[in-house]
Amino acid sequence: MSTIVLLIITGLGLGALYFLVASGLSLIYGLMGVLNFAHGSFLTLGAFAGLEIARRMDGASWITLFASLVVGAVVGAVVAAATEFFLIRRLYNRHIEQVLVTVGLALATVALFDGIWGTDPTYVTGPAWFSETTEILGAKVPNDRFVLIIAAVLVLLGIVLFLKFTRFGLIIRAGVENRSMVTALGIDVRKAFTVVFAIGGAAAGLGGVLASHYFGYVSPQLGGSLLIFAFIVTVIGGLGSLAGAAIASALVAVLQQFANYYLGGTGDLTVVLLLAAVLLIRPTGLLGSKA
Amino acid sequence: MSARPMLAVEHLCLSIGGARIIDDVTFAVAPGEMLGVIGPNGAGKTTLFNLISGLLAPSTGTVFLNGRDVTAEPIHKRARAGLGRTFQTSSLFTGLTATENVRLAAQAKLGAATSVIRFPRRTDVATTIANDRLAEVGLSHHAKTIAGVLSHGDKRKLEIAMLLATDPRVILLDEPMAGVASGDVHGLTDVIRQVHASGRTVLLVEHHMEVVLGLVDRVAVMHHGELLACDTPTVVMADPAVQAAYLGAPL
Repeated sequence: MSTIVLLIITGLGLGALYFLVASGLSLIYGLMGVLNFAHGSFLTLGAFAGLEIARRMDGASWITLFASLVVGAVVGAVVAAATEFFLIRRLYNRHIEQVLVTVGLALATVALFDGIWGTDPTYVTGPAWFSETTEILGAKVPNDRFVLIIAAVLVLLGIVLFLKFTRFGLIIRAGVENRSMVTALGIDVRKAFTVVFAIGGAAAGLGGVLASHYFGYVSPQLGGSLLIFAFIVTVIGGLGSLAGAAIASALVAVLQQFANYYLGGTGDLTVVLLLAAVLLIRPTGLLGSKA
Repeated sequence: MSARPMLAVEHLCLSIGGARIIDDVTFAVAPGEMLGVIGPNGAGKTTLFNLISGLLAPSTGTVFLNGRDVTAEPIHKRARAGLGRTFQTSSLFTGLTATENVRLAAQAKLGAATSVIRFPRRTDVATTIANDRLAEVGLSHHAKTIAGVLSHGDKRKLEIAMLLATDPRVILLDEPMAGVASGDVHGLTDVIRQVHASGRTVLLVEHHMEVVLGLVDRVAVMHHGELLACDTPTVVMADPAVQAAYLGAPL
């Protein structure tokens, strides 16, 4: 029993990381039809920004953690908005070029991070409470998992409230449904594009700082490795569906944990098989709209 | 017609690949008038609307909106100048509620006045407009209903509400009754009558003859891209050329 509880909560913690990346990917694809392969770089940069804050402050304090989360999110948002404004904006509806540019940016930024922070992982320490455990139904659960889950839930709530109750949120929801009709109404939908990139970048940057605590280190490859699973989650959840991304994040990560534990470390394989099954049986994903 | 026409087309022609789709059409619509446009399928009614709204550019001829030549202006400029239209196919956001659909149209009209972070309270201008327009078309009770599940007639009403939210002076309605259940025709007719009664100029393309004749001030009859007649319903229906076009030439 305790093993199952541990696997579920750890899975949800990992799922929270997936969601922080996948939420941005899904919104960006939903509104603009852009597959953003550079999204992992926003996460990595957020993680390194958080690391720099931790180096300059007392790494073990809660204030430092909070400051690094804020800075990670802001850096992610600014870089993502700049990416949209200077690169993607010129390439709307040119999907091959978008892929080339975002893949290129991902490769170039990883090389840049290598150059600045080195190729070796840099280890991160958080507040002492993070490395302690809390016992739930006999399972000793590392505390950082709870922070991850709470952060992801707050981000999900924040994005849902933004989409539901703000004017830009309305434009974004309408744009996800039919972008050209929003334009036909006379609304400049490009501003919404930048806003969506900024939101996605902020979630990824926040995810980067949290990922560095989950894994215990930051490396230039951090974003890329999470991005693969975030893409899988986005496809399984249904491209463009935020709720789908949330459900699929939890599903994929928990399944991965169970397969790793009970099926001899085959978590990654199981996830890919799940992806294949979803694509065969329900190509639009769990909550995706018809293409 | 003594007053300056709200909308006028003069010698409008459209040729595509040598075929005359619209052939030398001239008429004018007075402010506050409702003009019905009728004609058999393929007569060029929707093409005429596309030329007026700016979706298509005419080969020759001129479109005047409130006395101003708008022939060279793109669709969104004409929309901003007060020319609104609906389409034969539904143009709603089916995943949004009725209020949200209309609010989006109101936001588009308000433009720069909308900010990123302000929440739409009950007093919010766009929301107020949305509620007023929904009430105008009789959809207040469906304000929170997702547009996709509305009946076809209510969807049409919602489209009209969205159109009204952009505060147009001239409204082009392209077959509003198409696909609407017969039970809903009456309610929709009332909405169109009310929209007209509030002082707006309306052009109506419609196959439903009773609807057209019961609503409009004048009828324009299109046939093979030409304007056969443009007069009051009584005069037009008595016109031998119109009867020939509708019933076929005598053997």
